[in-house]
Amino acid sequence: MAREEVENARDDMIIDGQMKGNGAFSNDFNPNLLKLYYGKLFPHADLFKWMSYGNDGKHPACDKSYFGRREFSFTLDNDIYVRFQSFYTLSELENSIKDKCPFKIDIGPVYSVDPAKRHAYAQSNDKVFTPVERELVFDIDITDYDDIRYCCSGADVCLDCWPLMTVAIKVVDTALRDDFGFNHILWVYSGRRGVHCWVCDAKARRLNNEQRAAIADYFRVYQGNENSNKKISLSGPVLHPFLARSYSEVLRDFFETKLLPCQQLFSDEERYEKILEMIPDESVTSELRGKWHSNKRSSNLKEDINCVRWEQLKHSLQSGKQKAQGLRRCVEEIVFSFTYPRLDMEVSKHMNHLLKAPFCIHPKTGRVCVPIDPIHCDEFDPTTVPTLSELFEELNRGGHKIDGIDEWDRTSLGESIRFFRSSFLQPLLKSCKEEMESSYTAKQRLANNSLSW
Amino acid sequence: MDRLRLQSKPPSNDDFTTLPLYRSAPSFEVRLEDFELYAIDRLRVLKAISDGLSRGKKPEEMDKLVFDLWKANMRHPLASEVINKDIISHFVLRLVYCRTEDLRKWFLSMETALFRYRFQREAAEVQKALMAELDLPYKAVRTAEFESIKDKLGQVARSLGQSLPTAGDIIYKVPFEEVPELVAGRRVFIHKGHAYVAKNQVVSLVATRFRSLLSKALILTNRKWTSTIREDEKDRLTPIVEALCTSYLGPDYSQSKEFAEISIKDIDQVAKSSFPLCMRHLFEKLREDHHLKHGGRMQLGLFLKGVGLNLDDALTFWKAEFSRKVGSERFDKEYAYSIRHNYGREGKRTDYTPYSCQKIISSTPGVGDHHGCPYRHFSEENLRAALFRMGVNGSAVEDVMEKVRNRHYQLACTLTFEAIHGSTYDVGVNHPNQYFTDSQKIQKAKGHSSA
Repeated sequence: MAREEVENARDDMIIDGQMKGNGAFSNDFNPNLLKLYYGKLFPHADLFKWMSYGNDGKHPACDKSYFGRREFSFTLDNDIYVRFQSFYTLSELENSIKDKCPFKIDIGPVYSVDPAKRHAYAQSNDKVFTPVERELVFDIDITDYDDIRYCCSGADVCLDCWPLMTVAIKVVDTALRDDFGFNHILWVYSGRRGVHCWVCDAKARRLNNEQRAAIADYFRVYQGNENSNKKISLSGPVLHPFLARSYSEVLRDFFETKLLPCQQLFSDEERYEKILEMIPDESVTSELRGKWHSNKRSSNLKEDINCVRWEQLKHSLQSGKQKAQGLRRCVEEIVFSFTYPRLDMEVSKHMNHLLKAPFCIHPKTGRVCVPIDPIHCDEFDPTTVPTLSELFEELNRGGHKIDGIDEWDRTSLGESIRFFRSSFLQPLLKSCKEEMESSYTAKQRLANNSLSW
Repeated sequence: MDRLRLQSKPPSNDDFTTLPLYRSAPSFEVRLEDFELYAIDRLRVLKAISDGLSRGKKPEEMDKLVFDLWKANMRHPLASEVINKDIISHFVLRLVYCRTEDLRKWFLSMETALFRYRFQREAAEVQKALMAELDLPYKAVRTAEFESIKDKLGQVARSLGQSLPTAGDIIYKVPFEEVPELVAGRRVFIHKGHAYVAKNQVVSLVATRFRSLLSKALILTNRKWTSTIREDEKDRLTPIVEALCTSYLGPDYSQSKEFAEISIKDIDQVAKSSFPLCMRHLFEKLREDHHLKHGGRMQLGLFLKGVGLNLDDALTFWKAEFSRKVGSERFDKEYAYSIRHNYGREGKRTDYTPYSCQKIISSTPGVGDHHGCPYRHFSEENLRAALFRMGVNGSAVEDVMEKVRNRHYQLACTLTFEAIHGSTYDVGVNHPNQYFTDSQKIQKAKGHSSA
């Protein structure tokens, strides 16, 4: 109980992304603790292993320059932004992080040359300094759902609107695996109001901008902007298999059982009018409007008014009279408008977009950007993600350091790091090794052939 | 001296089909006049394709347009010369359009579009041969596999309003990366990284490959141009090449020339009198919400740069609005960078050019966005209201709506221009900054005559 009160008090202080009052940071974030965090808890080695993709090994096919061509970017105290940092070894990376103590670490692409030395190459006209590899990334932000959530707005998020993120994870994750055939996918809580996704398969890292844009567009169903009534227009007599699967396996059920009652989508005139606007047929809307206007109070108390009205709406649109295909499609369009993932397209479309590294601490909330298990994403609760100060409480409570055990293992961060390793990093490195092996043998064979010839 | 040996490479296999892939430069001699004339003829075709696409013409309309254009411009009295004219003009324009990123991009899109429509008119055998030549060795899926995915393929076909596939149909299984345009439009079934491409979609696969080969070739041509050709040919080809591109692409409006500068105090007034609807809408939203999302900031910011707002004024202007919403400190931290970036003072240091109508029309504004082309992206109701606020009334509104319904967004904007300024505007709107400049010209002329 006490914990909850603290939470609420802190939430009240955050207004439109800025802290009220004199204290520049929440109770859960301060630069001194951050320094300790980088010193004792941050998994530098895991980050290095990941970003090396097997090139840090002893295999003759390793590309020794690989990690050193990756851009890191630090946001320091006072919002000083330092781009194009690069490191050659784990200790260089680790020392720099510990030394500079960045409030935020962003990860960029792997370039053709060391990004720190890009100016040396700038003279030549050949555009030598160019991104060559980058994970396919997705950024989904709850603020983009402000027009359909009534519980919070802006950067705030609660357990009534967070499931929108869960649904986004399910839809996107399934498509990335089943449709696009990707296997090495990492979902990360952004620390405050959304989720990030890193697709790390070799094939994904080598996609060009056009191919990235194509994938982003595959996911896009939003067509309208602020000045069109319909945000979604699903054309054609049936849905594409991807949309049909998303609808029947995730969206419809989530809309009817969770979102409808949680967000009270039909509870008053203003709210249901917004939904009626999406129905182009005047006779249907006026009939429903009449029904809802007059029997405001008479509805059965046992049944949720939102669910009752939704059933009525569905009935009018899907009844025999409404043979017109467009009107039947309206039910799906409404569900999609309220539940379908809203991706920040620009982030996914270009190789050179930066994205915050996992395990960073969000400076506004103090929460760790922990991985989310897509299989159990329903259980993920952003309000219980450990904060910087909680981690150190746990560490202090646990007494002195025990030899041979990582410090993070004595905190609630342990679970996250173990998950990161077992579900993401180890399978990824295994497949990197296999790929390296097979491309090496192929090359060897080629070389042998040419010799004998 | 009036004959020119292009390059001595062995002739390619291109010769047996009428649709060349332009894999290697031709090896025959060309008269210098033909060098230029052929290029101009091809440029007419490409330019008209560009106009057609930006007016939102439907595929069937484009097909006819390209066919007619090709017949009108690319014929030759000697039948044997037709294919040579095709190849020569392509390689000359490659030289012309290899020299900057923007030129390359334009040429690449138009040549690919041209190739696409020509490919579609070829017979099945020729198409097959072209596929083989482009190293697209894909085999049709076997019956067993076809049966296992038949339902999904049917679902995709029906979602596109096409007839259902049958067992005899040829379906190619290709890595999804090979058909980005079909993936983007959800026009194929994708499973485990493979896209199942129907026979009538093969053009997309072929055009993508054509495009990527041409893209690489253009980079190489550019290197050769800068390292040797420009200097070697400075008395002969270079002047022709340089003249060819400037005369046809039109100005890019990156620097406002005619009205040296506008200052912040005039901005509200000129916004009312001379901004096209897309910019006026963004401008008003900014004044109202004190905020615009990224796409809106780019579209309006670059437009204002083209209009003549200098960097200092731009910073002051944006800061005045944004600071009311996010505070001036946060503006300095989070937004000032991108404004300086637009002016080429940060990052890559490219001096970005204002968006053209084509770019704006093809943008995809999402929730919370206000950029894009109002004629395309507004609902009818909202567009009517916006036109009314601009002072367009009566039958003029209906004329505009008629153009919108036929997806002639630039013509709709042109009619709006005419209604507001009370004068004809035959050149048509192609660029928001052109709209602005011409509007200012008319306003100034009116000011003089009434004074």
